[in-house]
Amino acid sequence: MTPLLELSEVSARYGQVAALHGVSLTVDEGEMVALLGANGAGKTTTLRAVSGTVRKSGDVLVAGKRLRRATPESVARDGVAHVPEGRGIFSELTVWENLRMGAYMVRRPDFKVVLDYFPWLESRRNQQAGTLSGGEQQMLALARAFLARPRLLMLDEPSLGLAPLVTREVFRVVSDLNEKEGLAVLVVEQNAATALAAAQRAYVLETGRVVVTGTADELRSNDAVRTAYLGY
Amino acid sequence: MQQFFQQLVSGLADGAIFGSLALALVLIYKATEVINFAQGEMAMFTTYISWSLITHHGFSFWEAFFATLLIAFVGGVLLQRTLIRPLERASVLTTVMATIALLVIFNGLAAWIWSPQLQFFPSPFPTTSWVIGGVHISKQDLGTFGVTIGCVFVLWLFFRFTKLGLAMRAGALNPAAARLLGVRTSWLLALGWGFAAALGAVSGMMVAPTVFLTPNMMQAVLIYAFAAAVLGGLESPIGAVVGGLALGVMLNMLGTYVHPVTSELRLPVALGVLLVVLLIKPAGLFGRVVVRRV
Ligand SMILES: Nc1ncnc2c1ncn2[C@@H]1O[C@H](COP(=O)(O)OP(=O)(O)OP(=O)(O)O)[C@@H](O)[C@H]1O
Ligand SMILES: [Mg+2]
Repeated sequence: MTPLLELSEVSARYGQVAALHGVSLTVDEGEMVALLGANGAGKTTTLRAVSGTVRKSGDVLVAGKRLRRATPESVARDGVAHVPEGRGIFSELTVWENLRMGAYMVRRPDFKVVLDYFPWLESRRNQQAGTLSGGEQQMLALARAFLARPRLLMLDEPSLGLAPLVTREVFRVVSDLNEKEGLAVLVVEQNAATALAAAQRAYVLETGRVVVTGTADELRSNDAVRTAYLGY
Repeated sequence: MQQFFQQLVSGLADGAIFGSLALALVLIYKATEVINFAQGEMAMFTTYISWSLITHHGFSFWEAFFATLLIAFVGGVLLQRTLIRPLERASVLTTVMATIALLVIFNGLAAWIWSPQLQFFPSPFPTTSWVIGGVHISKQDLGTFGVTIGCVFVLWLFFRFTKLGLAMRAGALNPAAARLLGVRTSWLLALGWGFAAALGAVSGMMVAPTVFLTPNMMQAVLIYAFAAAVLGGLESPIGAVVGGLALGVMLNMLGTYVHPVTSELRLPVALGVLLVVLLIKPAGLFGRVVVRRV
């Protein structure tokens, strides 16, 4: 079976600074994969290489096909949603306007399905998005990305700045979308324990290279991963 | 009292013209932080096109008006695609310099094509007035105000209620996030240039009957528009329109009630307002101070 997302030997640099040195990874249809690593390991850059927000070399294939063009809008149109670091909410627009932007590419957006997962959004629809709490903003970013009906959802540190309880809630929704809607997820996380609890497989990045990969269980029992990222 | 109301109405008419050109400036500035110095000359150029449609090609005023809006829109889009977009990666200052070059080019081109001589530009409105309770309301003033504000209102409806309008607002606020949602922001910028050019054309066609048509006719209007946009806050579309109206009324009132302010002093007063606003409230009446990280 061809994977939904396949990176082979992807490298990327910011000017003189090389951030990725030949990263290869796959995400299968319906799978949830975690991308772990310390600060500066290249997790964000990996997602950006897929969504076309950084220049890269090497191949990125979606469902076996090379992306038509490596611009963010074109990658989004190929069914890859990227919730960036910092969530990319339009804070001056209302909650509802943010959701309508999520549905920008969709001819007949299904707001109802989204409101089933995020019922509280209904009562906040006219609130300015910037005034939502961090957790609510993360939820809004998720809902907005889901509205575009992507094949693959890429999340960059959804737990950033959130209380543990809120993080659990966010991951619960992501797992729901993954299990019930069959949405494939590639999630970048600092919080390795949370990510490994939700994901089926994981990759660990160090200075722009994949150093460990395996199922979530394998990584949890890997001593090096345990001491470096799980802290026990 | 009668004089006051008459001056108020003609101030609002002038102000609507300043406001619509100011709005054109703000549309482009908000999306790209570029001040389009050619906005006035683009308006002048398209006004010449409408004049030529009316006097040489048998168009009625309103046929020419709408044809010109369309021509201006397409012209604005093309200008962005061919000249401004290639400078996307350059600094804002580079693009601003390019608009200054365009200012000179349009000015020279208009003089070359249509001669620099003063031309009579027809007005669609009668020169008569309505008399309401002893107050003479000029139909010219009221018509100018109505048409200009009407166009602004249509644009507002577009931005407020259409998906494309929403995407243009979102793209101006956070282009990176908008692109990740599939928005082709580069085309929306071109659309913005199209709308700005069309708005400018409205102001040009509305001001031409009173100032006569010359290649330089929009230069003062552009300065008033700058003052209006700064007064309202360069980031605020509503501010631009309100700033324009306020400036128009203020200049008319000063001219009527403060005798030293003759027509020669109108421009200096407008620029004085601009300076005072910059000193006291740099963000303008409707703007917010944006703190930029250095
Ligand atoms: N815009 C940029 N300009 C220059 N260098 C950058 C830029 N963004 C990232 N880098 C560098 O690229 C490398 C990888 O960064 P990246 O953001 O992908 O790491 P990360 O794994 O997401 O880290 P974090 O957990 O802190 O978000 C780092 O060395 C970083 O300094
Ligand atoms: Mg990161």
